[in-house]
Amino acid sequence: MAAILTAKNVTKRFGGLVAVNNVDFEIPEKSIVSIIGPNGAGKTTFFNCITGYAKADEGKIVFDGTPIQSQRPDQISRLGISRTYQNIRLFADMTALENILVGQHIFLNSSWISAVLGTSYVRNEEKMALAEAQRLLNFVDLKGKGDLLARNLPYGAQRRLEIARALATKPKLLLLDEPSAGMNPRESEDLTAFIRHLRDELGITILLIEHHMRVVMGISEHITVLDYGQKIAEGTPKEIQNNKQVIEAYLGRGAATEGMDTAHERFSKKVK
Amino acid sequence: MRATFSERLVDLAVNIFLWGFRILIVAIIIIGTFFTIREGKYTSEQWIDFIVFGISQGSIYAMIALGYTMVYGILRMINFAHGDIFMTGAFGAYFTATWLTKAGFVDANPFLGLLIPILVAMAVSTLIAVLVERIAYRPLRGAPQLVPLISAIGASFFLEYAFRGFFGPGKYAYPPIKALEGTWEIFGIGILKVQVVVAISAFIMMALLYFVVMYTKIGKAMRAVSENKDTAALMGIDVNRIIVTTFAIGAALAGAAGVLFALVYRQVDFFMGFTPGVKAFTAAVLGGIGNIPGAMVGGLVLGVFESVGPSLFLEGLGITRAYQLKDAIAYTMLVMILLFRPQGILGERLSKQKA
Amino acid sequence: MKKENFLLSATKTGLVGGAIAIFLCLIGMVEIFNKRDVIQGIVTLGQFVWLATAVGAGYTASQQTSHLLNGKKPAQNLTAGALAGFFSAALTAFLVWLGSQTDLRAIFINASPALYELLTFGKGLAGLPQLLIIGIISGIVGATFTLLPKAVQRPLLHALMMLIFMALFSGIFRVVMINQGNKWETLAKSIFSQTGLTQLGGWIFILGTIAISVFWSNRGEAVKASMARMPSKGKLSLRILVFLIIAVIALGLPQVSGPFIAQVIVIISLYILMGLGLNITLGFAGLLDLGFVAFFAVGAYTVGLLTSYGPFGLQHISFWVAVPIAVLVSMAFGAFLGLPVLGVRGDYLAIATLGFGEIIRLLAGSDFLAGYFGGPQGVIGIQKPCLGVLEPFIKLDTPRICDGIEIGQGAADHFLAGPGGIYYLAIISALLIAFVAWRLRESRLGRAWMAIREDEDVAEALGVNLIQTKLLAYILGAAFAGLGGAIFSVLIGSIFASSMQLLVSINVVALLVVGGMGSIPGVIVGAIALIGLPELLREVSEFRYLIYGTVLIVMMLAKPEGLWPSQATKRELHHETSAQGGD
Repeated sequence: MAAILTAKNVTKRFGGLVAVNNVDFEIPEKSIVSIIGPNGAGKTTFFNCITGYAKADEGKIVFDGTPIQSQRPDQISRLGISRTYQNIRLFADMTALENILVGQHIFLNSSWISAVLGTSYVRNEEKMALAEAQRLLNFVDLKGKGDLLARNLPYGAQRRLEIARALATKPKLLLLDEPSAGMNPRESEDLTAFIRHLRDELGITILLIEHHMRVVMGISEHITVLDYGQKIAEGTPKEIQNNKQVIEAYLGRGAATEGMDTAHERFSKKVK
Repeated sequence: MRATFSERLVDLAVNIFLWGFRILIVAIIIIGTFFTIREGKYTSEQWIDFIVFGISQGSIYAMIALGYTMVYGILRMINFAHGDIFMTGAFGAYFTATWLTKAGFVDANPFLGLLIPILVAMAVSTLIAVLVERIAYRPLRGAPQLVPLISAIGASFFLEYAFRGFFGPGKYAYPPIKALEGTWEIFGIGILKVQVVVAISAFIMMALLYFVVMYTKIGKAMRAVSENKDTAALMGIDVNRIIVTTFAIGAALAGAAGVLFALVYRQVDFFMGFTPGVKAFTAAVLGGIGNIPGAMVGGLVLGVFESVGPSLFLEGLGITRAYQLKDAIAYTMLVMILLFRPQGILGERLSKQKA
Repeated sequence: MKKENFLLSATKTGLVGGAIAIFLCLIGMVEIFNKRDVIQGIVTLGQFVWLATAVGAGYTASQQTSHLLNGKKPAQNLTAGALAGFFSAALTAFLVWLGSQTDLRAIFINASPALYELLTFGKGLAGLPQLLIIGIISGIVGATFTLLPKAVQRPLLHALMMLIFMALFSGIFRVVMINQGNKWETLAKSIFSQTGLTQLGGWIFILGTIAISVFWSNRGEAVKASMARMPSKGKLSLRILVFLIIAVIALGLPQVSGPFIAQVIVIISLYILMGLGLNITLGFAGLLDLGFVAFFAVGAYTVGLLTSYGPFGLQHISFWVAVPIAVLVSMAFGAFLGLPVLGVRGDYLAIATLGFGEIIRLLAGSDFLAGYFGGPQGVIGIQKPCLGVLEPFIKLDTPRICDGIEIGQGAADHFLAGPGGIYYLAIISALLIAFVAWRLRESRLGRAWMAIREDEDVAEALGVNLIQTKLLAYILGAAFAGLGGAIFSVLIGSIFASSMQLLVSINVVALLVVGGMGSIPGVIVGAIALIGLPELLREVSEFRYLIYGTVLIVMMLAKPEGLWPSQATKRELHHETSAQGGD
């Protein structure tokens, strides 16, 4: 399978702190890939490097044949990468519908002059954008909530709206930063199904950051583990569950001396 | 998607513009300086005069700037009304000094004649600043950045026009202190006594402040709160009290600065706080906002630039009556520093969220 | 926690009320307002303002008492009110006593004999007991008000507001009515006195308002419901009818009201233009620009220099050609000032733009550039525009013919010369720009602006080009302000750098804040309230900026979304109420 995104030797420093250290990374097209790692391992920074919010100090990131490491976030989003945020970042004082319409920004072509004149082109385009936004609202189960301000939606609905907004940019690659944070097991299960659906039906490649091991192990085809900015392991969920270094990273150096079996048990418990 | 040609064009234009702006300013400074010096219009004594005036003026800016910088350090808020706090102090001092002068006290005791109005000014400014904080700022803590800023603009207008209502729109002449008239010979150059006294008083008060912030318990608490309010509160620091104290100390300095300003310019009016306020803010930004030594350095640099600048940079370019553009030099410095080095001369780079 | 004694709390409240009363006396408000009657022979506005502090103290004290005692207890409530009223008045009495002992006027210029006379009913210190008694009564009145049921409170409050409104504007109503002929004149004179309302007028407005208010609180819901039930066609025609009525009033107003009110409306319109411009940069895109007046200045100077017959006029071209040029030049300036500050965020941006605005004013007013902009003397001799389409378009000669009249002789006669004519120019421009702003708001660009206001990182991640979008906000905002400046230059006929103060920028920010940021009707409401009222009321204009300051603070504390919040917020509120109704 061809890789849709390839990162080579990506390094990002903040002053003396090396947040991402020489990471190589590949996402096969139409796959579901996760990045895991303890808090502060550099996962979100890596996301930021991909979406252009942070510029990688070294290394190369190629998306769909285009090098993107020096592009601005808006240019990258035009190429087909979209994301959600760890702590939901909706446009709080805009309605749910308007949030999604902003996501469609790059597909609308009307200039402000034609908008002022109200040409038929603009009217058609707006009508179609509105229809598409409604469709996306229905898609994430928010039918009829379009006129509510984003800030007043319940937590779960906000998460879904954020995904709908990301989908509005018609991404080829969707980055989800801890999508199951704050969800109960039932909701996480629904989310897992939903993410699979995105890949299977819409053909979107998915990259996840996730703490919830159940979700990660259940859904990912490939997992990369970061610790202190470094890639310490990658492989299938099975391989990761049995990787000594990963267990150390999660449970501390002591775990290795304490005997692999007990440590493995604890890790497995955490996974289940 | 759409062709990004127009975007690239805009990017290019932005870069060309910013570089052009820098080059223009540098060119004005260099060419202006070159021609001014070649013409030799001013003697070195006159230049020293300009610099001394700049230092005394700059030390006043520095005193006001400290209030901006301390409040910004703690609340990340521009206290737009701070310039008017300075004005209230000057009014307090004016009435005290007039009364003392009439009673003949100032002529007999020039030192106390200077000190008492300063103390009154500090008290008045502190009182008003604490009230303003309590009424207009404290309830807005945690609101989006623009909300307290607009409230501060409101407070600024309220103070200006309340004082206009109390004392009228006219200018009051601040009574001169006879002992401070004339000049002192220093290194063979006559320097106005007032300016020396102003600069010395300012330095004494700033040294005092520095001592308070660095070595006393309350100063340590202030620094702790400016690092992190929540953690400070967990350590048992009464954050509200520290914030009020910060406002009070900043206001006391501004009030004292008001007296020094009135001594130099000999006049007091309700609008006198605006321009020095903006300039002191410039000084605070110049030195790196939130940074106490920075505010002092920034004030002095601004004062000297502003005093020397019109003659040195502009007259060489054939600009007549360049002193009219004195304020423009200060504002240009403000804009330049915000554009090109928002962390200031001594400041650290603020992270994206903070800036 | 132990609760405070209600008497102590009432005393404190009374002292705060008293401090406010002293403040109002010393800034001269009581004395200046005393020249206007609320109801002739009964109460003046100055007395009213003073009474309001005592009544307010009594009201607040009684509210606090209810709170401290966990419920209304009439005896205690009234005691608290009386106490608060007493202390409120006592501070004023102390002021008067102090004034009789020392010369307060050496410090406070408004501590005048006229003020003391007013506060002591002309009796000197012997009048003070009377003042205290009035204070106590006022306090009790305030306290009584809290004990009344809501159904009684509301009509009384409405009547009071109506009374003040009518008293403030009585002069204007009177003049307008007298202009309409004899029958109106007798009516006007029976309702309005020279300085306020007559007793008859006062009663008419009090009783009338109470009647309407009571009717509305009983029947209002039913009326609203029947409106809601109306078919959509009926709603549309109702809306068109309302619009037509407003249009007719707007068009006919200068004919009826005379030039003064027309001029005030022109000024309001200019501020609406500027407000709509800043509404784009600040309200939509969230970029606070404190140097906004610079764009107004650019528009004004461009038209001035292109059309003036004074010493600095470059060309004598037609106003109608100069205006588009002025708008374009303003837009160029918007880009010029916008480009460098794009990277600056939040409150730093406010200060940077303030710096830019001041630099432009200083340069325009300096002797250095006096050869181009007239320096402190300004640009004078700007011609009023002519309506005639036949007017030579590019370059005009002196002396010129304007709408058939030679300029310089019967100049005031041609249509657009007087404020009445400029009125139409201004109001049509304001309406046009409001329409443009509305279209922009609903467009792709408008959504991108709001997204930037909410969270610019996320907006960028969704494909919004920050540089272009912010730049467009500056450019379009500048265009609106430039148009305002262009009209201003022909209204006044001359431009001075000194009229481009920071105060103007602050005015515009204030009107946006009051109206509601991001809301187009809010701009209009804000401009009428903050610009129109002080222009119309000379007594108020004295305290204009003091009131601005207070309003800015109070709005931020109490209602940061403004008087007329933007549509999204309103839609939201609507949605919530209908959702509750559905449950």
